[in-house]
Amino acid sequence: MSAPISRDEVAHVADLARLQLADDELDHFTEQLAAVLEHARDVGALDVTGVEPTAHPYPLANVFRPDEVRPTLDRDEVLTEAPSAEDAMFRVPPVLGETP
Amino acid sequence: MTAASLSAAVRSGERSALAVVDEHLAAIEAREDQIHAFNLVTAEAARSVAAAIDQRVEAGEDPGPLAGVPIALKDNLCTRGVATTCSSRILDGWRPPYDATVVQRLADAGAVMVGKTNLDEFAMGSSTENSAFGPTRNPHDTSRVPGGSSGGSAAAVAAGFSPLALGSDTGGSIRQPAALCGVVGVKPTYGLVSRYGLIAFASSLDQIGPFATTVDDAAMVLEVIGGHDPADSTSIPRAVPPVRRHLTDGVAGLRVGVVTELSGEGIAPDVARRVNEAAEVLAAAGAEVAEASVPAAVYGLSAYYLIAPAEASSNLARYDGVRYGLRVDAATTPEMNLATRTAGFGDEVKRRIMLGTYALSAGYYDAYYGKAQKVRTLIIRDFTAAYQRFDVLLSPTSPTTAFPLGDKTADPLTMYLNDVCTIPSNLSGDPAMSVPFGTGDDGLPVGVQVLAPSLGEIDMFRTAAVLEAAAVREEVTS
Repeated sequence: MSAPISRDEVAHVADLARLQLADDELDHFTEQLAAVLEHARDVGALDVTGVEPTAHPYPLANVFRPDEVRPTLDRDEVLTEAPSAEDAMFRVPPVLGETP
Repeated sequence: MTAASLSAAVRSGERSALAVVDEHLAAIEAREDQIHAFNLVTAEAARSVAAAIDQRVEAGEDPGPLAGVPIALKDNLCTRGVATTCSSRILDGWRPPYDATVVQRLADAGAVMVGKTNLDEFAMGSSTENSAFGPTRNPHDTSRVPGGSSGGSAAAVAAGFSPLALGSDTGGSIRQPAALCGVVGVKPTYGLVSRYGLIAFASSLDQIGPFATTVDDAAMVLEVIGGHDPADSTSIPRAVPPVRRHLTDGVAGLRVGVVTELSGEGIAPDVARRVNEAAEVLAAAGAEVAEASVPAAVYGLSAYYLIAPAEASSNLARYDGVRYGLRVDAATTPEMNLATRTAGFGDEVKRRIMLGTYALSAGYYDAYYGKAQKVRTLIIRDFTAAYQRFDVLLSPTSPTTAFPLGDKTADPLTMYLNDVCTIPSNLSGDPAMSVPFGTGDDGLPVGVQVLAPSLGEIDMFRTAAVLEAAAVREEVTS
């Protein structure tokens, strides 16, 4: 059977997850992820025809409450904990590369 | 001393809360260097909370059922104004702007937080070796791991640093360290304890629960922290079962099933022997004991290591360097996101994010995540069938006793196998707990797991209380 995940696929997944991997890390992680996915082949081989998926153990439904004004987190307290803030907003570097 | 006796002494004015807290802070001072149970000891705050409790007692007020009892909190529970790290560099310097619901309820009951305990980064691990701040060690043998991911909480209770602790359990992270450290650890029914303020790992599996030295103390904490919370939409809208009132009910007539699929291959013989002895103890106490079968449980591990990483990859997307914690500066926001996450997360967290991203990605979703969700249904069906014949089930908590530090860090899959007995209850959402039951051939603690159907906490605790009494008798006679 072919390896469950290739080095290129790991590089692609890292990119999707916003993680940068050095070459040696890429080798290392490919090997480890392949071992876990290899183990998961027992699930892959199982016949689950007609079985409904379970996303959650609790019967989830919308929970409603009256639309009343209530206190929220203190804005200053939240912004104090941010890496950078200005004028009651989170401050970030340019998003599209333009100069602010 | 137990939490029950400490709170009774404080409420009656026999002992001061401050003296109780000081005594535990001294125990921490004496041995924390060797154990490293805590990321942060909040000594000053603990003393001032204790002093306030003493004032209330003097004024004739009742500070609550946990009056003056020190408690250690896993460092993935939000504590307002007190650093909360998840043992990760990515939350460096962050102080939450609110308390988790459980933290608030403990405070309302008079408990005194003494510190935030170490964990595997973002609760991902089974040994507390994946912490950005270094490993926690097992108080019974400091060359061994305490288990994980709530290893700091289990070690704090086992070392006598605090009679109580809270942990979180996504695949066994309360029960497995409880077993390895020789303390009681409980994963309640999913939804029985509010997750508001618990930093999310895998939201459909995460549940908060207590560590304690006795079954009674664990029951007491559950009654304090459990029950509906409007701030958590997955919180069950009903009161917590009155477990404490039923602790001495015994097990006469209770139907107990020993799970065959979790008792054979891969379980160390000395651990398996203890589970058999536990079954004999229950039979001698009047329970009807027989073999139970949960065939799909053997697929639990594979399903879990697809589902939990998938949910984690989504939950951990929020660590982007914008709103809290670490930011690694870069010229643009996308580059800053990349640099921050790359520097902020440890290897195990990166592994699971990538595994989850892969399991959810186009072309693999059906083969991995979709299939794992269907296996989850099979596991729930098998448990439902088993609980038609049995009131509670029995299994080992962990396949082995505590293993040496560094033993399994090189091979993630070997580490994941530690969770084989605990994972099924997270997938089904049912409660389960670990009770210390003697030792293995190496003299280290063994835990027996008691599993129960959804909201079956009363029968689970009754069974645990009988096992505890037998285990205590054995220690006294040996």
